[in-house]
Amino acid sequence: MKDKLKIIWNGIVPSNPVLILAIGLCSVVAVTNFVKNALLMSFAFSFVLILSEVIVSSIRKWIPDEIRVPIFVVVIATFTTIAALLSHAYFPSVYDAIKLYILLVVVNCIIIGRAEAFAYKNGVFDSLLDGIGMSLGYSWVIITIAVIRELFGNGTIANIRVMPHIYQPALIMILPPAGFLVLGVLVGWLEWSLKKKKEAKK
Amino acid sequence: MSYLTDLLKIFIASMVVNNIILMQFLGLCSYIGLTDNMSASIGMGYAVTFVTVLAAAVTWIIDHWILIPFNLQPFLEIVSFILVIGSLVGLVEIYLKKMSPNLYKAMGIYLPLIATNCLILGVTFVISMHRLDFIQALVEAIGTALGYFMAMLILAGIRERLRNSELPEFFQGKAIAYIVSGIAALAFMGFQGMIK
Repeated sequence: MKDKLKIIWNGIVPSNPVLILAIGLCSVVAVTNFVKNALLMSFAFSFVLILSEVIVSSIRKWIPDEIRVPIFVVVIATFTTIAALLSHAYFPSVYDAIKLYILLVVVNCIIIGRAEAFAYKNGVFDSLLDGIGMSLGYSWVIITIAVIRELFGNGTIANIRVMPHIYQPALIMILPPAGFLVLGVLVGWLEWSLKKKKEAKK
Repeated sequence: MSYLTDLLKIFIASMVVNNIILMQFLGLCSYIGLTDNMSASIGMGYAVTFVTVLAAAVTWIIDHWILIPFNLQPFLEIVSFILVIGSLVGLVEIYLKKMSPNLYKAMGIYLPLIATNCLILGVTFVISMHRLDFIQALVEAIGTALGYFMAMLILAGIRERLRNSELPEFFQGKAIAYIVSGIAALAFMGFQGMIK
C-alpha cells in the first residue's frame, strides 16, 4: 500500500514534471493567464495522460520494441482527439481561447516520456497510479500559476472578484511575459526551499 | 501587388509580432534545454527551419487534398499530422546521413528531438486553422522558423553572458532563463500593433 502511494506522491513533488524535470512547458506558460483556461487544460492533460498510460501498459507485451514510439504516438493522438472534441462540445468559449494548446497535448513531452519510461515497463494498475500522480503534479502547478496571475492581473479568481474594487489590476500579469516571470520565480523558490531543507538535515 | 504585401505581412507577423517562442510559447523544451550552448542552438535552429518548411508543405497537401475533401479533418487531423511529421523527420535523417554527412553531423543529433517538438506541429495547426493557401503556408512556416532561430540566438547569447555574472545560487540555470525570457517577451510586446 505504501509503495503505491509513493508512486502517486512521486509525480506530485519529487519528480514533478513541470518544476523539476522542466518538460512540457509550452502549455504551462501559455494557458495560465486565467484560471478557467488552466482548469480545462488540466482536464484535457489528465484525461490523455491517464488513459494513454493505461492503454500503453496493457498492450505493452505486444508492442515490438523498434516501433514503440509511433505506437505510443497513435494512442496519445487518439485520446487527444477525444479530449479536444469533448472540450469543444462542452466548453466552447474556453476551448476557442486555448484550442492550439489542447491540440498540442499530443506532442507534450511529459506524456510520451511517461509512456516510454513508466507505462512501457510496469503493470496496468501502477501505470494508472503514475498517471494520476503526474496529472496531479502538472495540475497543481498550472492552477497555482493561474491563480497568482489572475489574482494580480485581473483581481479575480475563476471570474469571482476577490480583490477590493480599489485595487488597480497589474495588466502585465495576464499578458504573455508574466508566464515566464512567475514560472521563473516559482522554480527559484522551489530550489531555495529544497536547498534549505538539505542544509537543515546536515 | 496586394498579394505580395499580404505575404510580407504574414512573414513579419509570424516572425516578430507573434514570435513562436516569446509570444506563443511553443517549442519551449528545446528553447530552455539547448540554449546553454551556443553551437547547439545554432544547429537546432537550422534543423527546425528545414523541417518546419518541409512539414508545412506536406501537411498542407494532406489537409487540402485528402482530409478536407473527405470530411475527415476534425477527427483525423491530429493523428495524420503527427504521423506524417514523425516519418518525415525519419526520412530526412536517413537521406542526410547518406547524401551529405557533414550537414548530418551538424544537425543530425537534433533531428530526432524535433520529431516531437510542439513547434512544428503547432505551425501546421496554425496554418490549417487560418486556412492559408499554399504559398502563404510556406511563408508562415519560414517566418515562424526564423523567429524561433532568432529567439534561440538571443537567449543563448544572454545565457553565455550570465555565466560570468554573480547570481543567487538558487536562481542559476533554469530559473534565470525563464526570467530573462520573460523580459525578452516584454521587449517583443513592443512589436504588437505593428500589423493591423
